[in-house]
Amino acid sequence: MTATISPDTRAASAAPKPVSRPKVHHERRSARRAGWAMAAPAVLLLLAFLIVPVILGFVLSFTNARLVSPEPTTFTGLDNFVRAFTADPTFLRSLVNTVCFAAVVVPVQAGFGLLLAILVNRKIRGAVAFRVIFFIPVVTSIVVVSILWKFMYQPDGLINSFIDSITFGAWQGTAWLNDPSTALTAIIVLSVWQAVGFHMLIWLSGLQTIPQELYEAARIDGAGTWQQFRHVTWPCLRPTRVFVLITITIAALGLFVQIDVMTQGGPVDATSTLVYHAVRMGYHQQQIGYGSALSLVFFVLVLIVALVQRFLTRDKD
Amino acid sequence: MKRKSLPIMVAAGFAAVLALGGCGRATQESAGAPGEITMWTHSAGNPGELAVYQQIIADFNASQTQYKIVEQNFPQGSYNDAVTAAAASRKLPCLLDMDGPVMPNWAWAGYLQPLGLPDDLIKTLLPTTVGRYKDTVYSAGYWDAALAVFARKSVLDKNAVRIPTVEKPWTLDEFDAAVTKLKANGYATPLDLGAADKGEWWSYAYSPMLQSTGGDLVDRTTMKSADGVLNSPEAVKFFTWFQQAFKNGWADNAGPVGNQRFIDNKVALSYTGVWNAKDALESVGDDLLILPPVDFGKGPKIGGGSWQWGISAGCKNAEGARAYLKFSFQDKYLTAFADSQVVIPSTTAAAAASKYFGDAAPLHPFAVLSQKFALARPATPGYPVISSTFEKAAKDIMSGTDVKPALDTAVQAIDTDIKSQNGYGF
Amino acid sequence: MTIHKGRIDERVLRRRRRVWTYLVLVGLAVFFLFPLVFMFVSSLKPDGRILSDVGGWRAFLPVGDISFDNYAEVFDRVPVGRFLLNSVLVTVAIVAAGLVVNSMAGFAISRLRWTGRGVVLSVVIATLIVPFETIAVPMVYWVSQLPTLLFQNGQLVYDFGWLDTYQVQIVPFIANGFSVFLFTQYFSSIPTALDEAARIDGAGWFTIYRKIAVPLSGPAFATVAILTFLPAWNQYLWPSMVVQDEKLRPVMVGMQYFFQDNTAWGEVMAYTSMITLPVLVVFLAFQRAFVSSVAASGVKE
Repeated sequence: MTATISPDTRAASAAPKPVSRPKVHHERRSARRAGWAMAAPAVLLLLAFLIVPVILGFVLSFTNARLVSPEPTTFTGLDNFVRAFTADPTFLRSLVNTVCFAAVVVPVQAGFGLLLAILVNRKIRGAVAFRVIFFIPVVTSIVVVSILWKFMYQPDGLINSFIDSITFGAWQGTAWLNDPSTALTAIIVLSVWQAVGFHMLIWLSGLQTIPQELYEAARIDGAGTWQQFRHVTWPCLRPTRVFVLITITIAALGLFVQIDVMTQGGPVDATSTLVYHAVRMGYHQQQIGYGSALSLVFFVLVLIVALVQRFLTRDKD
Repeated sequence: MKRKSLPIMVAAGFAAVLALGGCGRATQESAGAPGEITMWTHSAGNPGELAVYQQIIADFNASQTQYKIVEQNFPQGSYNDAVTAAAASRKLPCLLDMDGPVMPNWAWAGYLQPLGLPDDLIKTLLPTTVGRYKDTVYSAGYWDAALAVFARKSVLDKNAVRIPTVEKPWTLDEFDAAVTKLKANGYATPLDLGAADKGEWWSYAYSPMLQSTGGDLVDRTTMKSADGVLNSPEAVKFFTWFQQAFKNGWADNAGPVGNQRFIDNKVALSYTGVWNAKDALESVGDDLLILPPVDFGKGPKIGGGSWQWGISAGCKNAEGARAYLKFSFQDKYLTAFADSQVVIPSTTAAAAASKYFGDAAPLHPFAVLSQKFALARPATPGYPVISSTFEKAAKDIMSGTDVKPALDTAVQAIDTDIKSQNGYGF
Repeated sequence: MTIHKGRIDERVLRRRRRVWTYLVLVGLAVFFLFPLVFMFVSSLKPDGRILSDVGGWRAFLPVGDISFDNYAEVFDRVPVGRFLLNSVLVTVAIVAAGLVVNSMAGFAISRLRWTGRGVVLSVVIATLIVPFETIAVPMVYWVSQLPTLLFQNGQLVYDFGWLDTYQVQIVPFIANGFSVFLFTQYFSSIPTALDEAARIDGAGWFTIYRKIAVPLSGPAFATVAILTFLPAWNQYLWPSMVVQDEKLRPVMVGMQYFFQDNTAWGEVMAYTSMITLPVLVVFLAFQRAFVSSVAASGVKE
């Protein structure tokens, strides 16, 4: 994640001028002031509109607050959390589903995105057109996408017709969204479909920072396509790789809209996710205290996963 | 891109935001026009319904100079969100409509004040169009909807299925036999129960069937527990039948929401509401039959209670709001709603004058069904939780879980919720 | 002789590889486009036809009763022009203000040394985790308490509650952890020697930001612009909670107008086709800058 200093700039900073102490002090103070001043608007806004509501939410998670109620709100301590882990099978199932979803989507979407980026990076005519086409699903609202795919997943819908013709009638497909064993897979397919274009572009900007000379050098050394990838492309993509993985992971763990539009957590909780369950309990069932507690569990989970990921990809810098 | 223009852009940006902020707010809070009454409806995107409202408002505003109604409409899907948000910030409008079963929750939460309309007006309205909570009237509606079983006469005759009447509806055994026969004679899924839909539909459509067996959503005498009603032997019997219907392939939850499959004759019997009747009438014509639902044992039941009007607790011009409401309940307006929305008007006079529900009119059976079989959903502030829990349990049962444990879990969820709110004031 | 043959082989190999690449790309293009073709084609059909055609090849073909009726009806049901205008206003404001605010913060975090820098960066990254739905309700409570200025009867007045304004749709979304993070990453890759040279010449930090960092960061700005444009344009939960006046609603809330008891599918398809178009246009305009290559060695003046 650090910069690659090119030979030019290294030469420029080779001969530092001697500098007096008050000047250094002034430098540091001016840097500090400028730093705070420039970061201030963003920090204040984030504090006001993200941190404060999150804190409000956290406080609520230790109460029995209701969305709509004349009854007074009381502190209930850890009751909500105990309830989540012991008396709420839907919550545990949501936890499992969320982790499964992320475990599949992260490698699939990252890998598929990389493949697309490599394909589109080739010097062929129309690469730009393809790049745009692959990005179009990202541009479409996920609500619209969910509605369209819900149509297509119907037992007599497009997906099954397609499968029927591809396999020459051997398999008619199944009721994708109604079968507990296929529902989550169906959601995975459409989620990857919608989001992979975005990660393709991120990989692409990473790919385009790799200097051509490295490839030529490898080719002169007799490296084939796969070896070029392994020894030139892959190592140079390290910062991009970390970024892509973290963004996909966070987005995957926060899966909500598709579930809300298409399956409402069904069938039999097979597609319920943490965020969806938190919204259903907190908002539809009006138990805002419990819903906030579930959100808190979600934050902690994502934090842990992100930290673990960062740790695993940190070294060798 | 960003040299000298940056500071200008910043300044312009913030200035724009401030300016827009100022002019974005309409004159809602101004002390300008006296007697201004805000009114919210859920009818955004429904030009027919809106047209009638605008007519009523125009007529009312023109008929007197003391009050002026200002209307704002919202899309149905996010209407409750908007109301909840407004309540949280104490900016509710004076007049607002609400889906019948939600009213007790809003009344209990302190959003609403008693309706205060004259008794003789209330008495002329269909009972399911009047919202009562703890024996006080909080809301009243211009119409009600009704459910029925749609069928084609030719199909039933061809399959030698008896055509049920309001006096002699199908028994459960008769119904099962009919569906089995229809399935054997060419209908892959002969029954459309509307299971593809989500949300309040589940409680609205399927709890009447449950009530027809003798079960219920909650014990209406105490309103404090669902135990013994939602997981009673009758309820188990109903839900087992419900699960079987899907297992046998009589119905599925696949198709698009709506009545298209019936119109395409892909299903023989469609359990749906009056809002689909006009399209069905247009495509099926005289062959269309509007049949009562099945008698599961205690007489057929259908859902009742549609959108109704109430007055918010903080309304400063409540008298004006009442005047408006009284004005709006004239039969000519009720008939206008019925004609444009194909919904059952709440007075018999308006029904007689409407083009769909008069005695000789094609959709008259709906009015009869509504009068005879409609049962309102339980009037308790705990209803949102009950409905959401019921939906989940029914969906899980439809997908194959064991019936009694699913119902017991639902009962536990409902009871815990009621207890946590001190019985919701009962 | 052998060299000549080798070169021919290489050309054949390259052509075969190109053909394969094209085949794969076209296949993928079909995969990515087919739902949207379905949407667009359906927007031309009446509702009944859409539902009946959904199971076969006809779903992609504009056959049967084709017309632009759905589009006309959309305009009857929904004030499309007004909603588009609102969305454009809100989105442009969020993006423009966001570019300024977030790039400044990114610059400060990546180039300047100041106490608390690490904490701020960690907090910024932590905010990436928060899904909006889970803080929506606390936000509503909070936002309804905020003071605002109003023109009322010819004078500026303090009022409470930001509901029903443009700013409630804009201000909470200007600062964005993701954008700050991206800017921080990008600025870190610009050599610091330029800063040092400019400081020696007596330039203030803001000038350095403005005259050096920003002009070099075209791709980052384009990237962040697109990435903030998309969620801002697609916002629907928040506006449906806090915007009550129809004159201020954005485009996605308009989508819900079609989901009444009888969903008008044809109009839904027409409407979504209409609102996807501006986003596509914006993307097309920016995408070149988005993926333009950065000079990997040395720094351009």
